[in-house]
Amino acid sequence: MRGVEFKPAIYPDACALKRAKELESWFYTDVVKDHFFNPRNIFKTRKEIDDYRPDGVGIVGSPACGDLMKMWIRVDRGADRIIECKWQTFGCASAIASTSILSVIVTENGGMALNDALKLTPRDVVAHLVDLPKRKIHCSVLGTKALRAAINDYFKKSGQESRIVVEGARIIDKVMKVTDRDIEEAVLDGAVRFEDVQKRTKIGILDKSCIQEAEKLVRFYRERYFGEK
Amino acid sequence: MKEIYLDNAATTFVDPRVKEAMDDYWHQNFGNPSSFHTAGLRALRALNESRETVAGVLNCAPEEVVFTGSGTESINMAIKGVFRANKSRGRHIITSATEHHAVLETCKYLEKHEGAELTILPVDSYGQVRPEALEKAIKKDTILVTIMYANNEIGTINRICELSAIAKKHNVLFHSDACQAGGLLEIDTKKLGVDLLTLNGSKLYGPKGVGLLYIKRGTKIHPIIHGGGQEFGLRSGTESIPLIVGFATALRLAYDCRQEECKRLAALRDKLVRGIISSIPKTFLNGHPVERLPNNANITFLDIEGEALLLHLNEHGIYASTGSACSSRSLEPSHVILALGLPYEASHGSIRFSLGRHTTEEDIDKVLEVLPGIVQKLRNISPVDIKMEGVLR
Repeated sequence: MRGVEFKPAIYPDACALKRAKELESWFYTDVVKDHFFNPRNIFKTRKEIDDYRPDGVGIVGSPACGDLMKMWIRVDRGADRIIECKWQTFGCASAIASTSILSVIVTENGGMALNDALKLTPRDVVAHLVDLPKRKIHCSVLGTKALRAAINDYFKKSGQESRIVVEGARIIDKVMKVTDRDIEEAVLDGAVRFEDVQKRTKIGILDKSCIQEAEKLVRFYRERYFGEK
Repeated sequence: MKEIYLDNAATTFVDPRVKEAMDDYWHQNFGNPSSFHTAGLRALRALNESRETVAGVLNCAPEEVVFTGSGTESINMAIKGVFRANKSRGRHIITSATEHHAVLETCKYLEKHEGAELTILPVDSYGQVRPEALEKAIKKDTILVTIMYANNEIGTINRICELSAIAKKHNVLFHSDACQAGGLLEIDTKKLGVDLLTLNGSKLYGPKGVGLLYIKRGTKIHPIIHGGGQEFGLRSGTESIPLIVGFATALRLAYDCRQEECKRLAALRDKLVRGIISSIPKTFLNGHPVERLPNNANITFLDIEGEALLLHLNEHGIYASTGSACSSRSLEPSHVILALGLPYEASHGSIRFSLGRHTTEEDIDKVLEVLPGIVQKLRNISPVDIKMEGVLR
């Protein structure tokens, strides 16, 4: 359903005008367009993919959700740096441009150290793209996840299991089993207040003890991805 | 670069003849039809003439035409007005899964806030409401059936005559949202057998900001806008004479040349569809192959996402639209595409090309020239490989 859910009573809500203005920035920045129309570090043919010998491969998302990303990395083992990063993305322009620029970020200037690459956040990617329309931020989150998956795959294949970073999901609402990741996803999907997150995740309805922590997490993720408190 | 506008289902340009007809009523004849002087009288005459023009096209009485501010407003009036006037008789409303948001959201509002009971009929894989499904859904307390004439995304035409006959048999009022059908399909209200019908100006080369609701004589309905009692007490507010004159003129012009124009559009549309499907693998037409609007081609391109495709087309000056999640505000793919029963993974790559009066064969050739390269480019960087057999029903 694409209709906007009816929110009753007091008009206008605090963000109404802000959201209307944001729609103006629907069109992409020149950097986004450049990476979308001229994607970097891609395979030219099927054969190139088949012949490629990566050190690690990561895949995240699903075509059913409209976003799927795959990343191939090659690593300089001695220096512990990424020397090549190839990718494929099924998704909108934001998703494609985000993956393209991420592949540049991790390979430029002699390649990024693995430990630094693991710490990259969607916000770093958006900063390199100059900006993305706010409602498109969620399209950029899969890139860093795919990268981490590829790095973990490399750790596994090179016998460095101890370095594998588990994508932690911590249960916040013990009844509905809502995790911090669920909250993160909800915020990336556009939830602004705790109530918005609650609508999407059912958090804090039965397990009231978690509300305070959940509210804190909503603020944390708002700040992390949108620079808002 | 020449712009190729293939988004006429979103809105059309205003026909220069329509604009010319409106010109008199901004500065020269600006009166209020309710005023008791010559300036008012001139406005009233223009209003009455427009109503008669429209009634001629709809084959109805002039007093069965109520002008409104938009198609959405007409739909709101039809659904809320009929519900509120008939709720002592029953509270059940029937609609369909592929309706415009104006219908679905209005129905849901009544369900949530005014105690309506709602049945949303599914559609078949072509997007049509099955008459037997409607027959089955009608209950003793059903007061309104609202089913669209033609769908805005996939162009599928519902068999309104058959559907309205079923409603009539059960003594239930029947409303049809004909906004997309306006100018392209038969809208003789007697032939269609409808009790209420919504049309608007912005899809048939008329101005935006004006719509109409046909209301058959004897229909029980409440106004949703109260005030000075204009439009037979059903839609208060000073009438916008220039918009109404423009709308009536546009409607008449569209029906003067409807058959030739539809033939022309269908030929171009068929060329586009055939060209795409024969030159690009893993593509298919959404909606009904024959019972569809002559100007609508809705095509799914597997393994790629609609918004990305639109942006490439935009770069070539080609304007179309998509039902993909990423282009919408709620991040869900189009409810229409999903209602056809397509799996989610195939629901993100649909593109709607809607042709119009300015569309030429050269435009279609240009689209067919650039599209294969764009699709290839996006598929080249896509990790997805959906199998056609898994998608087509």
